[in-house]
Formats: sequence, structure tokens, C-alpha cells
Amino acid sequence: MSSLLKNSELTSEKADSIVSETLNNCDDGELYIEDTKSETIVLDDNKIKSSNYTSDLGYGFRAVTGDTVAYSHSNEISEKSLKNSSENLKSTLKNNSGTYNSEIKKTNQKLYKDVDPIESKSMKSKIELLNNMNEYARSKDSSVKQVTASLLAEKKNVEIIRSGGELLSDNRPLVRINMSVMVEKNGRKETGVFGIGGRQDYDEYLKNDNWKKVCDEAFRIASTNIESKPSLAGEMKVVLGPGWPAILIHEAVGHGLEGDFNRKKTSAFHDLVGKKVASDGVTIIDDGTLDNRRGSLNIDDEGTPTERTVLIENGILKNFMQDRLNARLMNTKSTGNGRRESYKHVVMPRMRNTIMLGGSNTQEEMIKSVDKGIFAVSFGGGQVDITSGKFVFNCTEAYEIINGKIGSPIKGATLIGDGPSSLKEILMVGNDMMLDPGIGTCGKAGQGVPVGVGQPSLLINNMTVGGTQL
Amino acid sequence: MIKDQEYLKKIADICLSKSKKLGSSDANILVQSSVSENVNVRNKKLDGSERSENLGVVLTTYLGKKKSSIASSNLKEKNLDELVNRCIETMKITPEDEYNSLPDKELHFKGLKDLDLYDETHLSNEDKINFIKEAEEEAFSNDKIINTNGSGFGENKSNFLLANSNGFADGYKTSQFTAYCEVVSKSNGSMERDYEYTSKRFYSDILKPKQLGSIAAEHAVKKLNPKKIKSEKISLIFDKRISKNFLSIFASAISSSAIAKGTTFLKDKLNQQVFNSEINILDQGNIRKANGSRYFDSEGIAVVNLDLIKNGILQDYLIDTYNGKKINRKSNGRASGTTNLYFQNGSKTFEDLVKSENKILYIKETIGHGTNIINGDYSVGASGMMIENGEFSYPVSEITIAGNLKNIFKNITLADDLEFNYATNSPTMMVEGMVVGGK
Repeated sequence: MSSLLKNSELTSEKADSIVSETLNNCDDGELYIEDTKSETIVLDDNKIKSSNYTSDLGYGFRAVTGDTVAYSHSNEISEKSLKNSSENLKSTLKNNSGTYNSEIKKTNQKLYKDVDPIESKSMKSKIELLNNMNEYARSKDSSVKQVTASLLAEKKNVEIIRSGGELLSDNRPLVRINMSVMVEKNGRKETGVFGIGGRQDYDEYLKNDNWKKVCDEAFRIASTNIESKPSLAGEMKVVLGPGWPAILIHEAVGHGLEGDFNRKKTSAFHDLVGKKVASDGVTIIDDGTLDNRRGSLNIDDEGTPTERTVLIENGILKNFMQDRLNARLMNTKSTGNGRRESYKHVVMPRMRNTIMLGGSNTQEEMIKSVDKGIFAVSFGGGQVDITSGKFVFNCTEAYEIINGKIGSPIKGATLIGDGPSSLKEILMVGNDMMLDPGIGTCGKAGQGVPVGVGQPSLLINNMTVGGTQL
Repeated sequence: MIKDQEYLKKIADICLSKSKKLGSSDANILVQSSVSENVNVRNKKLDGSERSENLGVVLTTYLGKKKSSIASSNLKEKNLDELVNRCIETMKITPEDEYNSLPDKELHFKGLKDLDLYDETHLSNEDKINFIKEAEEEAFSNDKIINTNGSGFGENKSNFLLANSNGFADGYKTSQFTAYCEVVSKSNGSMERDYEYTSKRFYSDILKPKQLGSIAAEHAVKKLNPKKIKSEKISLIFDKRISKNFLSIFASAISSSAIAKGTTFLKDKLNQQVFNSEINILDQGNIRKANGSRYFDSEGIAVVNLDLIKNGILQDYLIDTYNGKKINRKSNGRASGTTNLYFQNGSKTFEDLVKSENKILYIKETIGHGTNIINGDYSVGASGMMIENGEFSYPVSEITIAGNLKNIFKNITLADDLEFNYATNSPTMMVEGMVVGGK
């Protein structure tokens, strides 16, 4: 029995029968119902600038036959509306006919608690927390001129009704605590940004005055950058710090290993399974099963339990990340990577927590081995062109390396590389694997989903650094 | 079907009266209804179709200087009751902010709505599919095009009503027809993708399918077998689809919110030279049928035309009510950002720019988010074409371009080829002496 349909005009029985009747001649499809509550409170310029609460309830009805997807979604949950959607799906697929695949794995996976992070902390204490963060950050130094802090919490309950009446559900909490500090010194302005989060109540992330560490880190990054000098432009060796810099892995290889781009043969990796694509010692996984992590899910948005998928093992390309559609067309099984931003969006293969496993080198060894290069500790956003393999990301904290020693901080430079070739340019893999603090959102085809990344320190032989100094 | 004004007004009235009853002193509400239908094809075959119907409200309540907001797509009476209640309860415990208020009544939009922003043309799914198939067929007639990333056609209709407790209540329908074609070219082991995109309020104004397909193919083929170049200081010409991004950056740097907080490199630059004296930037909301046109902003304030940059001098900011109060300025109807923002044409032709130096790098695409509004640092990944002695010679990729916007803005030369294809539009742009990071 659906619990999300409980207070609607649409009964579970009626929904089941419309779903089964519509998907009868299709290869796959489902009715996805989503009830999302979210709350965002922002402190900006010394004031609580906004408190927004959003409540969204809607469905997305999908029918798939062959490689054609028909999708219809609405926030009007009624028999009439669902029937309209059904007619719409049928008319798109009227010339196709398939055989419904009812097979879907079952799971009792419980990677996070069924808590509601919005309700479990009072509005008053959330406002107090933001005020404390603001005051604490401003008290750190007179150079702090601007502070923005925000709290974001979400509770997303999803249900998937498949043909035949099978019902799968997942209740997903998510929180994020963000801090941005701007410092001004000698006429220069720089910012530092830091955040934490995951699939637990706020208080789990606030233990031991942890919010102070968030402020400290944002302030430290801003203060480092205020001393930064322009970056050299050109090709050089790059040492990446552990943790969040793994967005390099996410951009450089992750997207290129998503099933849809490979089924469509538009990824630079599409014909490389079983081939050597990275240096020895490089193992990359996409893991949806880590407790309480931002990218973890009990089941994906098609109902498939998530798993730990090995993408590259010791340099050899093993698997792509699949949703049901692309898996079927490529004669393999879904890896539980079928995700969507909301009921308003179609499912596609998306990453969860993408991680490069640790090796044996130390970060000191890496830095010592570099005559001229940069040490990148943190990044802002990244982006990739799947087809050409070119990817970029923007340093938010980086230092020059001269003769094996860390030198001055350098200004926000862009690094650009070629995904397939930079994997082969990895010279050392560190022994200090770390996961990111829980802040990542990945964008693809206009849809944003929460993801995680992780990696040890890495030494990359050659990347192009965008700077203003020749 | 999108809901009519009467239906939207009913919901707005319910919410406004509920919030008044529960103790708010002021309230503002937006009710929106939209229907969009999209089809996608890939390799000339139907890949998917999508229909979405959305109806939602955004309510902001005030109690004196206290404020809170809720948004919902669940408009059942019981749910609305709960949400309005929640909004009021949250508002009561939110600290006061002296700048919170409804907008100035005097500035409310009261004029005629005669800009032609709605085209009721409706294409059947069949017609949409045929349109976009024709575009892909045209692209595939180029023998170097071997694949597609998918192409699509979308039709979007929406209606909205904005109302507040000061008596403002107005709204109107808009439409948008969009088509894109993204193809993959291949030759000698090199694989590249590129696209063409068209989006207009009126169906009759979008590019024809054959144009769409052939331009996309041409773009993708031109990128094949790129070279990486040496790091050097070189003049750049930005293609129109990239040069307009500098206007978007400029707009965020002069938003009243950034100005009030001091988080922009253009703070305290009013009435000063920001661009060279040949540059003029306008933001004009009343262009008939244009993508960026609107009668009023998200607060109901009439949109007036702005000369943002005149002869290189910064004349104005983009101001909403809240941030306007912080900087002692009245709103100029920009709570929803810019309208039709554009550089006025320059005096050089495209040819003049291409031939102005022996060696110029033509930038066709940038990648990454390397713009820092706070200090003006700019650093992005890029690809394009090398121009040697006035001729396009070879494609270039995997490079970075970097500089500071304060200098970039002063070194811009514009061509005279402005077209109104998007909401933000620029002619082709040349910037002297930027640093390219390469080999």
C-alpha cells in the first residue's frame, strides 16, 4: 500500500491498475511518487536574510520500450491526471511493443535513519546557530568583512510502483551546513568557502562545536588566498590533496563511465572495457552503500538497491555505471546508478560516491619529487566535455611547488586536462585516502543530484595550469 | 492546459486572506502554472518524449520587519492551511531586518501589456518530432558527422499571477519554443561534439530545422583534430555565443545585492570609467517578442530601460527593493535580474577584427566556472580556432585563458554584428593581450 497516496484522490489500487495497464506492452517503466520537504535558512550581511520552506508532492510516470522513453509528470495527484499521463505515454510508444521486465533486486539496506532533519531541530536553535557562526567568524580577525552562512535540510520520501503492483520505497534525509567568509586586506578581497553535511540530523554534524571548525576552515582558506600571487601558465606537475580534490576523478573519468554516454558511443571510454586506461595502482569505485554519506542511497530512483561498483581496477577498465534502460540495451545489469533530481526529471545513470582507493606513497614524497609544479588542496566547480574528454576545475586553494618544497599560495587558477590521458599520467597514489566533507552536487543535463567523492593524495605528471604569468 | 488568470487569482486570494487572518501585516504571493512538452531524437529516431504540468505557489509573509517564505506544488486546501500556518509561525520567531518590506506602491506596474510575449501556436508531438528529425538529417548529411548526443524540441507555455497585500495583482502568459541539435564529428581518431540552439517566444522566429542541423554539423566538424598551443600572451576574439557571457558576469557584478555587501569588483565604481569609451551597455525590457522582455519584476515593479554603461562609464546598478534600501536607492525593477541585456554594436566589422593582427585566437567555447566576481579574476578552460594573417587556420583545444575583468573590460573592441537571439546578446568581441595557458 502506498503511503504517499494516502491523503490523495488516487487510491493505491487505482494507481496499480493504471500503471499495469499502461506498461503492459512496454519493456520497462514505473510510477515514481515523491514527497519532498525542504528548508533553507540563510544568514547574510549580519542578518537572517531568508527562511524558505518548500513542500513538493508529485509523480513522474515513465514507459520505456526499446531505446525510447516516454515521460509525463504532474503535481496533480488524481486518477484523471494519471490517466492523462497514461494516454500521453501510450501515444508516444504507439508504434513500439516490448515485454515487461519485472525483475528487480530486493534489499533491506538501511544506510541512514528515517529521520526528519527539518523537524528535529527547532527554528529558534537553527537561527541561533547561524548567528553564532556569523559572530564567531567575524571575531576571528578584523580582516573579515563579509560572512554568509546557510543551513539546508531536506526530507525526500519516494515510492516506486512497478507494473504488477510491486512497491519500493525510500525515505532520505539530507543536510548541509555552509560557510563563506570574505576577507579584505590592503585593498584585496578574497573568499573562503567550506561546508559539511550528509544524511543525518543536524546535531550529528554539530557535535564538539564542529561548526567552529567549519568557520575556521573558511577563514583559513580566505586568509591564505589574500596572500596569493598570480599563477604561472603552462604545463606542469600537479600534486592533489586528499578528499574533495577527487572531483578531478568525478569529472575526468566518472562522467565518461556513465552508461548512457557509452551506450550512445559518445564517451571517449566507450570501447575500452578490459583495456588499460589508467596507471598501475589506480582503482576507482562508485559506492552507493556508505553509511550516511551524501551520495548514498538505499535504492536508486528506479528501485534498484545501490552497490559498490568497481569502475577501474588496478588501471583496467571494468564496468560502467548503469541504470535499467542503458543496462538492458548493453546486455548487462543495472548497478543502481539510476537517479533523478526529482519527479520532474527523467532517470539517467548518475554517480553516487566516486572514490579512488589509497596506494602506498606519502604526500611528502610526492611534493619532494616535483621541481616545478603546483599543490592543489581544494577546488570549486569542475566540468567535462565527455566526447573530447577535456575537463577543467578551478582551484580555490593551491600553492606553487619549487624544488620539492611548498611555496607561496597562488591565485585561483583553472586546471585543464584530458580525462583518458591524465589517468595514465598518475605517477604516485597516496596512502591517505579521505572522503569529502559532504557538500557535492553534480549537474548533468540540467539535473542536480547530491554526490560524494574521495581520493588519496595524487601526483599527476602533466596538466595545464591556467595562470596570468608567463 | 495552463490555468487562466481567474483560477490563479482564486488561489492567490485564499493565501493572502489566510495569512492576514493568521496575523501577517503584509504578504506577497506568486502563483504559477506551466505546461511544457519536449521531444528528443537521437540518430534520427525518437529517443523520448516528456510532458510536464506544474502548478505552484510561493508565499512571503511579513510582520512588520520580520519575514518568512514557503513554496509548494501541493495546493490542497488542507496542505495550504498547514503551510501558511508554518510560514507565519516561522516569521514570528525570525529576527527583524530593518530593510524588509513590500515594494513601494508608487513603482507598481500599471501600464499596457502590449509586447507580444505569448504565441498560442501548439505543435503536435508528431510535428515536434518531424522538426527535430529534419534537423538531425541535415546534420548527418555532412559525412564527418557520425553520431549525435541527441537533439530536442520543446514548447513551453506558462501563466502567472503576482499579488501583494498592497493591492498589486497582475500577471500574463508567456511562451517559449526551443530547439537544439548536438552532434558528434569524427576524423582521424579525433572525436568532437558541438551544437546549435535556438529559443524564441514565437514559433515562427526560431531557426528552421535545416539551418539548425547544418550549423551544428559545421561547428562540430570545425573542431576536429585540434592542436594545443604554447603558453603565450595573445589577442582573443570571442564568438558571439561566448562574448555574451561577459555581460552576464557584468550583470552579477552590478547587482544591488553584491554592491550592498561589497562582494564585487565594481563596488564604488558608479560614474567611473569601467569599460573603454566606445562601449555602451543597455538593459531594455520593452522589446516586442524578445526573450528577456517583461512588464514588471518579481516584486511587481515596472521595468524601466537602463543605460548601464554609457561611453564606458557605469551609470546604474540592478536594483530591487530590499538591497535598494541598503544602498539608499529606489528599485529599478530588477528583482528578477536583467531583461534584454546587450552591448550596442561596435564600429568594426567582423572582418576588421579578424584581420587586425597577424595572429589571433578565436574562442568558440569556454568550460569551467572560473569567474570571481569579488576580485575580478577570470580563468577558464577554452577551445577555438587559430587565426593567422586574417585566415582561420586550425582548431585549438585544451588551453586556458586568464586575466582580470577590470583589465579585460577596458580592452574590449566590438564588431557590428549584434543579433537578438537570446535574452543577453553581444556582438563578436575582441580582447587584446590575454594570457593563454597551453604547452
